[in-house]
Amino acid sequence: MSTRYLPTHEWARVDNGLVTVGLSAFAAGEVGEVIHVQLPTVGVAVLKGKPCAEIESVKSVNDIYSPVDGQVVEINPALAGQPELVNQDPGNAGWFMKVKPSGADPLAGLLSEAEYQAQLAK
Amino acid sequence: MHHAIAQKTALHDLQAAQGGKMIDFHGWIMPVQFAGITAEHQAVRTSAGVFDLNHMGRLHLVGPGAVAFLTRHACRAVADMKAGAVRYGLVLAEDGTVEDDILVSREGEASFHIVVNAGNKEKILDMWRSAVPAGTILTDLSASQGMIAVQGPAALHLLQSLQLDGMTLKNYAFTDVSWRGTVVRLSRTGYTGEDGCECFLPVDRVGELWTAVVEAGAVRCGLGARDTLRTEAAMPLYGNELDRTVTPVEAGLGFAINKAGGFIGDQVVLAQLTRGPAKCLVGLRMQEKRVPRTGYPVVVEGQPVGTITSGTLSPTLGAAIGMAYVPAALALPGTTLSVDLRGTLVTATVVALPFYKRAK
Repeated sequence: MSTRYLPTHEWARVDNGLVTVGLSAFAAGEVGEVIHVQLPTVGVAVLKGKPCAEIESVKSVNDIYSPVDGQVVEINPALAGQPELVNQDPGNAGWFMKVKPSGADPLAGLLSEAEYQAQLAK
Repeated sequence: MHHAIAQKTALHDLQAAQGGKMIDFHGWIMPVQFAGITAEHQAVRTSAGVFDLNHMGRLHLVGPGAVAFLTRHACRAVADMKAGAVRYGLVLAEDGTVEDDILVSREGEASFHIVVNAGNKEKILDMWRSAVPAGTILTDLSASQGMIAVQGPAALHLLQSLQLDGMTLKNYAFTDVSWRGTVVRLSRTGYTGEDGCECFLPVDRVGELWTAVVEAGAVRCGLGARDTLRTEAAMPLYGNELDRTVTPVEAGLGFAINKAGGFIGDQVVLAQLTRGPAKCLVGLRMQEKRVPRTGYPVVVEGQPVGTITSGTLSPTLGAAIGMAYVPAALALPGTTLSVDLRGTLVTATVVALPFYKRAK
């Protein structure tokens, strides 16, 4: 399953009916050394384009927006002790949460890899 | 002072080409970082780094009324300064609050060089131009004189290798050195808590000096590292620790107050010195590795008691640190407070300032 993006640099991937959400490598580089990730509570509802988490780096605090509508079913337990995983492996080990999507086609309307890269090149 | 179009320093093109990530700072386009804030910070703590300070305001005051003018318009005594000496001082309002913090260098009997903050330069010029007595002349050197800082334990040796010898300078003293057909002023001062010099020279030669210093091994540093370095050293930043709501006594800068008075704001400030201030600037060390950022509330038993003025993750201590104004009763080292980090209360302990002091 291919990776899709929000223009605000979150990625989303469907796996076994759940949407995994993380931060793009570009954004992880831009925010710098991540020191804390405030993840949502398992069970809460998230809305596409709305803040669902918070990422704190040495430089700044940034909202994370949900790329999909749905319910949080799992959060990445490793980030509590190793927030730097977001910098080291943003596309895999640094994932934020898994969402059970409420729609049939949860990634509809998100940017493809090529579209996201084109946005970065602007 | 806001400018419609951000200004570029004399080093802008050089820095942009060298990978500087540029941001707007008080109307100036300045590098926030080159290789990275932490790497730049460590270079200054262990070796040497170089900073563009061309945005700072540089003023010159000369004439028979110069000593009396500065004695009245800055809260630090200048009359007893020797030529070649540098002092940190503050410009106060009548109510004792801070208009600016400045660095005064005495060039001669009636001649002073004054560095003011970039964001306060126009205000200070407006206030002072109308107050300088006839026969004494205030000049804005900012456009004609360049300024960089070379900071770190290796800074003086690095400058010496470029025939810029400040090895025998005392702290807070300056000397003028001939260099490649021009004159460079080396001032053993800085804003990092580390040894080093601030260097002044004609602006058309500042790029040459920057390049020479970098080629001699100094790491290019941006405003990000400048902020983490000065925060560890607990050096105040105007707009954060200092503004029109606090006095130098509250800011812990009593050393910079002329106890004889005779300066604008002296009544308020001298009375505070005697009876002690109601609020004090304190250092906070966070129990978690989360940054207390400017404006976050400091909380005791659910009640806000103060506000964070600056905070960072200290690369040297490996802990999150911050400064805040709190009631004097809560200012003793060891006192436990909380900081409200966007809804989460995190415990912090009051610690003595500075957070970092270099070994002598």
